[in-house]
Amino acid sequence: MELLRLATAGSVDDGKSTLIGRLLYDSKQVYEDQLESVERTSMARGDAYVDLALLTDGLRAEREQGITIDVAYRYFATPRRKFIVADTPGHTQHTRNMVTGCSTADLVVVLVDARNGITEQTRRHAFIASLLRIPHLVICVNKMDLVGYSQKRFDEIRQEFEGFATRLEIADMTFVPISALNGDNVVDRSGEMPWYQGTSLLHHLEDVHIASDRNLIDLRFPVQRVVRPRSEEHHDYRGYAGQVAGGVLEVGDDIVVLPSGFTTTVSAIETADGPLAEAFPPMSVIVRLADELDISRGDMICHPRNRPTIGQDISAMVCWMADGPLAVGAKLAVKHTTRWARALVREIHYRLDVNTLHSDPTVEELRLNDIGRIDLRTTSPLFYDEYRRNRMTGSFILVDEATDATVAAGMILHAPS
Amino acid sequence: MTYQLTHLDALESEAVHIIREVVAEFERPGLLFSGGKDSAVLLHLATKACWPQAVPFPVLHVDTGHNFPEVLAFRDRRVAELGVRLLVASVQEAIDRGEVTEDRSPGGTRNRLQTHSLLRAIEEHRFDAVFGGGRRDEEKARAKERVFSFRDEFGQWDPRGQRPELWSLYNGRHHAGEHFRVFPLSNWTELDVWQYIERERLDLPSIYYAHQRHVFRRDGMLLAVGPHSQPREEAPDEEVFVTTVRYRTVGDATCTAAIESMASTPIEVIAETAVARVSERGATRADDRFSEASMEDRKREGYF
Repeated sequence: MELLRLATAGSVDDGKSTLIGRLLYDSKQVYEDQLESVERTSMARGDAYVDLALLTDGLRAEREQGITIDVAYRYFATPRRKFIVADTPGHTQHTRNMVTGCSTADLVVVLVDARNGITEQTRRHAFIASLLRIPHLVICVNKMDLVGYSQKRFDEIRQEFEGFATRLEIADMTFVPISALNGDNVVDRSGEMPWYQGTSLLHHLEDVHIASDRNLIDLRFPVQRVVRPRSEEHHDYRGYAGQVAGGVLEVGDDIVVLPSGFTTTVSAIETADGPLAEAFPPMSVIVRLADELDISRGDMICHPRNRPTIGQDISAMVCWMADGPLAVGAKLAVKHTTRWARALVREIHYRLDVNTLHSDPTVEELRLNDIGRIDLRTTSPLFYDEYRRNRMTGSFILVDEATDATVAAGMILHAPS
Repeated sequence: MTYQLTHLDALESEAVHIIREVVAEFERPGLLFSGGKDSAVLLHLATKACWPQAVPFPVLHVDTGHNFPEVLAFRDRRVAELGVRLLVASVQEAIDRGEVTEDRSPGGTRNRLQTHSLLRAIEEHRFDAVFGGGRRDEEKARAKERVFSFRDEFGQWDPRGQRPELWSLYNGRHHAGEHFRVFPLSNWTELDVWQYIERERLDLPSIYYAHQRHVFRRDGMLLAVGPHSQPREEAPDEEVFVTTVRYRTVGDATCTAAIESMASTPIEVIAETAVARVSERGATRADDRFSEASMEDRKREGYF
């Protein structure tokens, strides 16, 4: 069985929590005691119907205020796939939460209210999905029951969105007309919309081809730990533990270790369950090399003729997530693959208006939930790829050195020109 | 070659990566081991992540004193097999020292008292990262928990002030006195855990499988008759009978209920779990029935 990670974007008003509640409920992942608890709370609040949104809102403040505060993770499975849903709130901290939820997603579901059509929020969600390089986007036009299941309305929304999306980089886009409240086209095809020739949302989620989404070309193996058991049994053992971040690593491969530049060959790929002939993302393995080299955590193993960029200067899009602003001259800690360094913010090129996609080059700083392009200089070289080429070696986080808080998510564009 | 991992391989690889990040970046990790199925899976993953080395950090059991003997026997057996160091934080000793007061009202449990012993042990052993077997699918408050979950110097969890967690770039930076709870099973469900137990042929305490037991019914739950739970004389409906049961979760014997089941192998448990109509905690944990937010409240104080 395959694993699909998806993020959902939209606000309570779009019926997002209802949709997730519906997916969980109709795929029989909601237990009776959970449903009873939702029924009790719904009744106590005087709701007209059982509010499936309550299935997903866990914190006391959320239940009291009827809003979603933080990214919540939900799980369901069908006989074909297991799904991890990052449920991102539409209102509070929208950009920060959506970037977080999207960072691990293979697919994003964006909810649109059929009555309101494409809004500023829809454009923002689609843009963030494109910025985070989510390969698959599903636009769920919800509340079709409230527009008389009108094909005309669905087509209007679809055309408007397609017009906007030409400015984004989204590989695969699918539109599904649904009613989350009534369950139309969520799990089963609806009889209310015979004009719709596509599949239900769940069927699409089960079917969408994700095998080609990873980079299997450029071998990248960031060393996570040097394994040297000082025991009798494994006296001379030396291996390098890590998770393959790109490409395919095979026993016998010629490799180069960065930053030293030493070359050698792969003598073995091992796990606790035995040796392997090859490893690919996202496998966690131990790599053993033919020669004893000086290698430590944060080093990178790759093929000699296919190396990442090595450098201390980086140009990136960042999403700023702290209450205080980011200004030129700021010094922060940066974590990239398994490597920590310090970084100096040398330039803020522009702030991007996530609603209009206009860039504003006049800004002096980035504020909470802003997305902008910056240049960094790091204390030691990083071994990186463009984020669009590899999401694992093209991403980083920035950390405030005083508070230790994670303050930014970064997606590498290239070295500054 | 499709270069695709199964969901269990993907979850295992993610957990191994998380455990190795902790071993690489923290000074003094520890692993919470109750002898329950989630901690048994967690400890197994730790052995895989550390292989070919032995698990270099100790395991900690927060002992309420209300144990199932089969679980204690399993705990000691596993610890001996792996050669890891076992630390026990005793709730009974904390009560005896007068540090905490037992709730002796009907329905009172030692569940909440565990937080004190857990935090004391973390302080005493100066753990800076503590692995837990918590899963996000278990409970609503857990659904918002980070994989690397920050705890302040009082051990408190602040659900609204959590660090954003992006990609697989975990931020474990902290000041002295603060620590992290790390949850490598965050993305696992109850079904995944059982499928993994089956695939890896993991040993578990025998009470996870069908067996005959003297039980009585309280608040709709089946409690075992034993030294720590007896039917109350003033409750005539708490009649003792013998039936075939198994445990879905294992915790404090006074508030962990059994379910009627004939499942005696992992495969049979998987079949039963796949069609279960009541959640793991709803079926078996009296402690979670108090209120919508009892888990959130306990977690804020520093609970598992």
